[in-house]
Amino acid sequence: MATVALKSVKKSYGDINIIQGVDLDIQDREFVVFVGPSGCGKSTLLRMIAGLEEITAGELKIDGKVVNDVPPDARGLAMVFQSYALYPHMTVANNMGFALRLAGVPKAERDAKVKDAARILQLEPLLQRKPGQLSGGQRQRVAIGRAIVRQPKVFLFDEPLSNLDAALRVQMRIEIARLHSSLAATMIYVTHDQIEAMTMADRIVVLRSGKIEQVGTPLELYHYPANVFVAGFIGSPKMNLVPVKVQSAGADGITIVLPGGGTAMIPVQSSNAAAGSAATLGVRPENVAISADGPIAGEITVVEHLGGETLVYVNVGEGPFITVKAGGDSAANVGARVRLSLKTDEANVFDTNGAAMVPKVRKPLADLEKRGH
Amino acid sequence: MVATTTTSSQASHGGVRSGRGVDTRPLIWPSVGVLLIWMIIPLALTLWFSIRNYKLDDPSITGFAGLGNYSYLLTDPSLTTALLNTLLLVGGVLIATVVFGTLFAVLFDQDFWGKGVARLLVIAPFFVMPTVAALVWKNLLMDPVNGLFAFITRSLGLGAITWFSDMPLFSIGIIVAWQWIPFATLILLTAMQSLDREQIEAARMDGAKAVSRFIHIIVPHLGRPITVVVMIETIFLLSVFAEILVTTSGGPGDASTNLTYLIYKNALLDFDVGLGSAGGVIAIVLANIVAFFLVRTVARNLDA
Ligand SMILES: Nc1ncnc2c1ncn2[C@@H]1O[C@H](COP(=O)(O)OP(=O)(O)O)[C@@H](O)[C@H]1O
Ligand SMILES: [Mg+2]
Repeated sequence: MATVALKSVKKSYGDINIIQGVDLDIQDREFVVFVGPSGCGKSTLLRMIAGLEEITAGELKIDGKVVNDVPPDARGLAMVFQSYALYPHMTVANNMGFALRLAGVPKAERDAKVKDAARILQLEPLLQRKPGQLSGGQRQRVAIGRAIVRQPKVFLFDEPLSNLDAALRVQMRIEIARLHSSLAATMIYVTHDQIEAMTMADRIVVLRSGKIEQVGTPLELYHYPANVFVAGFIGSPKMNLVPVKVQSAGADGITIVLPGGGTAMIPVQSSNAAAGSAATLGVRPENVAISADGPIAGEITVVEHLGGETLVYVNVGEGPFITVKAGGDSAANVGARVRLSLKTDEANVFDTNGAAMVPKVRKPLADLEKRGH
Repeated sequence: MVATTTTSSQASHGGVRSGRGVDTRPLIWPSVGVLLIWMIIPLALTLWFSIRNYKLDDPSITGFAGLGNYSYLLTDPSLTTALLNTLLLVGGVLIATVVFGTLFAVLFDQDFWGKGVARLLVIAPFFVMPTVAALVWKNLLMDPVNGLFAFITRSLGLGAITWFSDMPLFSIGIIVAWQWIPFATLILLTAMQSLDREQIEAARMDGAKAVSRFIHIIVPHLGRPITVVVMIETIFLLSVFAEILVTTSGGPGDASTNLTYLIYKNALLDFDVGLGSAGGVIAIVLANIVAFFLVRTVARNLDA
């Protein structure tokens, strides 16, 4: 059992408020990912949970107990740092056993635990090496091993994969996910990479300037972003965010004026949208298609063939290019004039303030939990 | 002398073993040449004088002395004393500077109000000339009548210590340490600043309190810079001179005479250039033995 609860947690350095009131409940064995752009306060929030950073205001509870003033080593957490932070003069085995050694665990027991962790992470042949003699991926494993050995209630990861190359990152991502299910531990994982967030998380917490923008399962965030920021942050290639005007709002949804003057009806609850006001249409690249009778006209500017799929960037005169995700066999040509159609029931509309209008029908998939508890 | 010997030999080494296909030797010849002349001429002259009878106050004594100067020196009891004093001075000052340097480095690495000024102050003694430093200590601080220390001990009812007659070598050691602690602090402070903060934090998460962190993380991290400090300081401490000349003139007796001062005494106070040169040669040999071992340990340490 290990739950973590944050109640209006704040952090300021002097007059600067870095974390501006965060409320969050993390359940036992949950894999929660903090994601957000650089400098939004993810690390600060994680370090506050770890006890490395003082909490200016609010309450942090682990397993229901307030731990604001408990020193880091007494909180029962283990952290994997971005730089790995291995002790360079100690062997891998000593690195992993350091906490146990300080805690006065007898050598035999210590060795057994280190061996165990080394076996899980396939580090056994490296136990007598120094960190300097390891590759980046191996150091990463040792850092994780050092956390495992302590059998913490909660694992904290601060961008652990950002120093690895792309291929290794994918491999370690899978490995951490595997560890999460085999160790049955609560994990909090910080990243600025939304793909890591989407692939690993049970729940994603999107942060921006020290505030939570949205909390939800990956698919919930993907299909129903709460605002323009989340919409633009989650998903790759990025969601198209098209500036539009509201023409009318009715019981079935909202009718908007698209770039070039065409209209579309999006089925969202739009009671407070005034006719003529500005809004933003959010539509994912896979929900836009090139078709002769579409409501938007434009010219193909860039075509990216990725093999399995093709990304087509269309200049529609005003606003940013619209990205279309087409099949790998798409014959789109640069310079061609095309029309674009939208899957209106998959589209989102954001009001003048950037907040999403609630969709009429909700996909069941969005509320799917990765695994039952 | 020692410094030039070791650097030049390393420089020529590095040039020959350049990993690329280009022969870099011609490029370093000019500087090596200058260094060689710089080093060889004084060395040759010293060697030459050391086997001559050459007294400044008696030009009638000339000719070869053979190894007479050496045998005179090596059987002279003051050489043993001077050697011992040199070792004590170098060793003691090294210990003091490394210990205080480490403490200051850790202290000044913390954030506190007025850190900038405090750092400047702790570095300042390094910029004071040895002669001036020795004079300040001798006349303002350690003087048994007018000195600050005497004033303090007297006002505590303890009487005054006559530093330079009761513990001459120790007093000189204090002055020299005072001058070299800033150097050690500077090097070790820079090293502290390159210590990965996340390592300290990882240690905190692992349950290491301040003392364990110092022993298990900071001291190992400072291992290399400490070797560098020891090596550089040794080279300079072997030739401490001004502090002795200004304060005790090597006395009482030869209680604070080190090798450098002994050479000076023989060559210039006793006007015996031959004897002084022989002392110089012995000093060179000793210094190079020390330097050899130092460079070897340091090289091993830096490789690890
Ligand atoms: N010690 C500090 N003093 C002042 N500002 C800080 C300090 N540490 C971090 N910050 C600021 O807090 C913000 C959040 O930092 P951080 O949590 O590291 O961001 P992230 O991990 O999301 O990239 C940044 O704007 C950073 O400049
Ligand atoms: Mg960060």
